[in-house]
Amino acid sequence: MADMMVRVPISEQDPKVRATNFEEVCLGYTEEEAVAEASRCLNCKKPMCVGGCPVSINIPAFIEQVKERNFERAYEIISESSALPAVCGRVCPQESQCEGKCIRGIKGEAVAIGKLERFVADWARENGIKPKNTSTPNGHKVAVIGSGPSGLTAAGDLAKAGYDVTVFEALHEMGGVLVYGIPEFRLPKDKVVKAEVENVKALGVKFEKNVIIGRSITIDELIEQEGFEAVFIGSGAGLPMFMHIPGEQANGVFSANEYLTRNNLMKAFKEGYDTPIARGKKVVVVGGGNVAMDAARTALRLGAEVHVVYRRSEAELPARAEEVHHAKEEGVIFDLLQNPVEILVNEEGSVRGCKVIKMELGEPDASGRRRPVEIPGSEYEIECDTVIMSLGTSPNPLISSTTAGLETNKKGCLIATEDGATTKTGVYAGGDAVTGAATVILAMGAGKTAAAAIDEYFKNK
Amino acid sequence: MYSILKKEKLSDKIFLMVVKAPRVAAGCLPGQFIIVKIDEEGERIPLTICDYDRNEGTVTIVFQTVGASTERMALLGEGDAFADFVGPLGQPSELCVEENLEETKQKNIVFIAGGVGTAPVYPQVKWLKEHGVKTTVIIGARTKDILFYEDEMREVATELYLATDDGSYGFHGNGCQQLQALWDEGKRFDHCVAIGPMIMMKFVCLLTKELGIPTVVSMNPIMVDGTGMCGACRLVVGDEVKFACVDGPEFDGHLVDFDQAMARAKQYKTEEGRALLKQQEGDTHHGGCGNCGGDE
Ligand SMILES: Cc1cc2nc3c(=O)[nH]c(=O)nc-3n(C[C@H](O)[C@H](O)[C@H](O)COP(=O)(O)OP(=O)(O)OC[C@H]3O[C@@H](n4cnc5c(N)ncnc54)[C@H](O)[C@@H]3O)c2cc1C
Ligand SMILES: Cc1cc2nc3c(=O)[nH]c(=O)nc-3n(C[C@H](O)[C@H](O)[C@H](O)COP(=O)(O)OP(=O)(O)OC[C@H]3O[C@@H](n4cnc5c(N)ncnc54)[C@H](O)[C@@H]3O)c2cc1C
Ligand code: SF4
Ligand code: SF4
Ligand code: FES
Repeated sequence: MADMMVRVPISEQDPKVRATNFEEVCLGYTEEEAVAEASRCLNCKKPMCVGGCPVSINIPAFIEQVKERNFERAYEIISESSALPAVCGRVCPQESQCEGKCIRGIKGEAVAIGKLERFVADWARENGIKPKNTSTPNGHKVAVIGSGPSGLTAAGDLAKAGYDVTVFEALHEMGGVLVYGIPEFRLPKDKVVKAEVENVKALGVKFEKNVIIGRSITIDELIEQEGFEAVFIGSGAGLPMFMHIPGEQANGVFSANEYLTRNNLMKAFKEGYDTPIARGKKVVVVGGGNVAMDAARTALRLGAEVHVVYRRSEAELPARAEEVHHAKEEGVIFDLLQNPVEILVNEEGSVRGCKVIKMELGEPDASGRRRPVEIPGSEYEIECDTVIMSLGTSPNPLISSTTAGLETNKKGCLIATEDGATTKTGVYAGGDAVTGAATVILAMGAGKTAAAAIDEYFKNK
Repeated sequence: MYSILKKEKLSDKIFLMVVKAPRVAAGCLPGQFIIVKIDEEGERIPLTICDYDRNEGTVTIVFQTVGASTERMALLGEGDAFADFVGPLGQPSELCVEENLEETKQKNIVFIAGGVGTAPVYPQVKWLKEHGVKTTVIIGARTKDILFYEDEMREVATELYLATDDGSYGFHGNGCQQLQALWDEGKRFDHCVAIGPMIMMKFVCLLTKELGIPTVVSMNPIMVDGTGMCGACRLVVGDEVKFACVDGPEFDGHLVDFDQAMARAKQYKTEEGRALLKQQEGDTHHGGCGNCGGDE
């Protein structure tokens, strides 16, 4: 009998091998492994795990079905709550959500809920099982802006409720951060993201790419000229921040968004694609979140020596634990408790290094984390040819500035109620556009809530 | 897909295309640009909107072949289509919005177009003519053979001056020198729009600063998304960092840090692109115009 306190191990590409390719790192459970892991679930009467999942997937119920090898039924249970299980199973910060609450985690290792969810979603895709739409069309048109997780979820739920939904996307691919931000080695684009988008299409949702709301057409025009009766805004928080330190305009300084977009959306890493990317020799990534890990691991795969410079200590790294672990295994070097003060530039205007100052942790700040304080006189230089700024993002003002009556807060986030209603009647919003940069599953949760609120809005109209 | 309805060769390296793109045609204004992507493998290429027909749902672009992508674009013809064509992007020209019309009518406006910059100047001048505003236009080119749009521009500009570096046509000298000559003749302007290679815009700005003419330039830094998401297009304008794709592309030329912009434009320049430009520009190739990235 296997040790019930520890997880069924999952196979991964060898760190040395995967550091040179863009194939998926985690290979997923086999059927046998999934069934074995599922049998570790205690099927709790009061499952704590469900409370940790922002969309309240009925976790014990689907795991029970995995144990019984009823994978299709398991998929149906997950689909009741989530439109993108193959994505969430891969990228949710499970350790602080569902798995963080799992009772198994008290004495041993939590049940691998995310990995099981991924297994079920992959199994369904490989076996051609698609979500069904049994609703009758009600003839009402709803526009969804942005095809990230919030938009896809809202669109899917609205279609299932009978609405005639069109998603408008500014870029040439659907998926938002799932296609331009999160790299192939964590979230395969063709296999997983495209397939999930196809599932939403299968529900009857129409997709229009290359439409920038606020430029190609405004929200008011969508309502007045194209007959949309309600709008959901899921435009994300794509505007990158910079540090505003000397040297930041030099060639070789990129936002993580630019670096990742060139690589993921434009596929610069692939032979035959036209978009160039700077393959640095020594790269400094500034920041410690998921985005920083993705940029670092991408630069590594493009052949660079990579240093993550982060101003707090390892305990405060905001990235998912699994990503930090994977990054270290692959050879990313962590320069903790230090912060850049200047980018050093050569005569040609290109980066030649980065001047950093060492930090120590002081009193906790508003976020509850101990505040980093500079140690005077501790500056030193790191030699490098590329610096990737991964300091966070904020919502793009394009939509708010072109829509009368749509209000934002000081940070540029759209103001919305709990159920997603903005300050403009008939216009709802959710995801990063409202909360600022957060997570896939929170964006999905917001899309779901707003879809229900929009349905309610029509019923009361 | 976005069909190419018409293709015309304007000069050796300059092509015009009329593309079916109803959403772009419906809302665009002079000064804005589009991003085009040839196919799955193609990159996102920013190009200024050169003309549009709202009834036909078409947009006209004019481009110069400088490197791999524009060369590849030039191989397409009528009947082919682009995979992606998105826009309009950026802010419209301040001169070409109805609200400013009364103010604009008071102005003595001079446009200076350099090289392929003639294309983005055209819709502005056309819009102004349609709204009863007088304009003076200077088109500068290296030599007669690469001058294009002369007839079209003559139809919309109140006064048109042509200048060639080698004196093969019109005024012998560049656009700056032509402006100086007009000034010396006693002509006065109180608003200048300069669009062309960065080096040309830089020199126009040095001159107009001296002459005290407020000057707007249209910046074309490297871009990826064109929606404000990547920061590749950032420029220093005054003391601020601006994203050309959403805050621009037009800026107060007297505030733009051209040297930095030119250095940034070199970033991804391919060797072929540089070599080609050097060959094209012949004697007038001095490097540093932001087109080829200069000689290193
Ligand atoms: C590199 C990176 C790694 C991440 N890793 C993780 C992770 O491991 N786990 C996790 O849970 N979260 C992660 N996140 C965060 C997560 O991806 C986001 O919180 C989530 O995608 C937000 O979803 P959204 O639908 O609100 O917006 P987005 O995914 O940002 O999608 C918004 C979409 O709207 C489009 N759009 C914007 N403006 C307009 C307009 N005017 N007109 C038309 N379309 C428009 C955009 O092009 C985009 O496609 C990561 C983020 C990044 C950048
Ligand atoms: C807002 C805007 C409007 C523009 N309008 C026009 C126009 O109307 N007509 C026209 O001929 N050109 C215009 N350009 C320039 C045009 O986009 C470039 O010439 C083209 O991208 C060069 O690509 P290439 O692969 O052929 O050249 P290469 O030299 O091979 O380019 C290599 C890389 O550099 C980048 N790049 C090179 N030069 C430029 C440049 N000047 N601007 C932006 N990126 C560049 C490209 O993204 C590419 O990745 C405009 C640029 C911008 C930003
Ligand atoms: S959606 Fe995310 S939080 Fe919810 S069960 Fe799945 S992995 Fe856990
Ligand atoms: S808390 Fe853990 S053991 Fe209990 S039902 Fe949830 S996953 Fe199973
Ligand atoms: S092109 Fe990406 S922000 Fe301007």
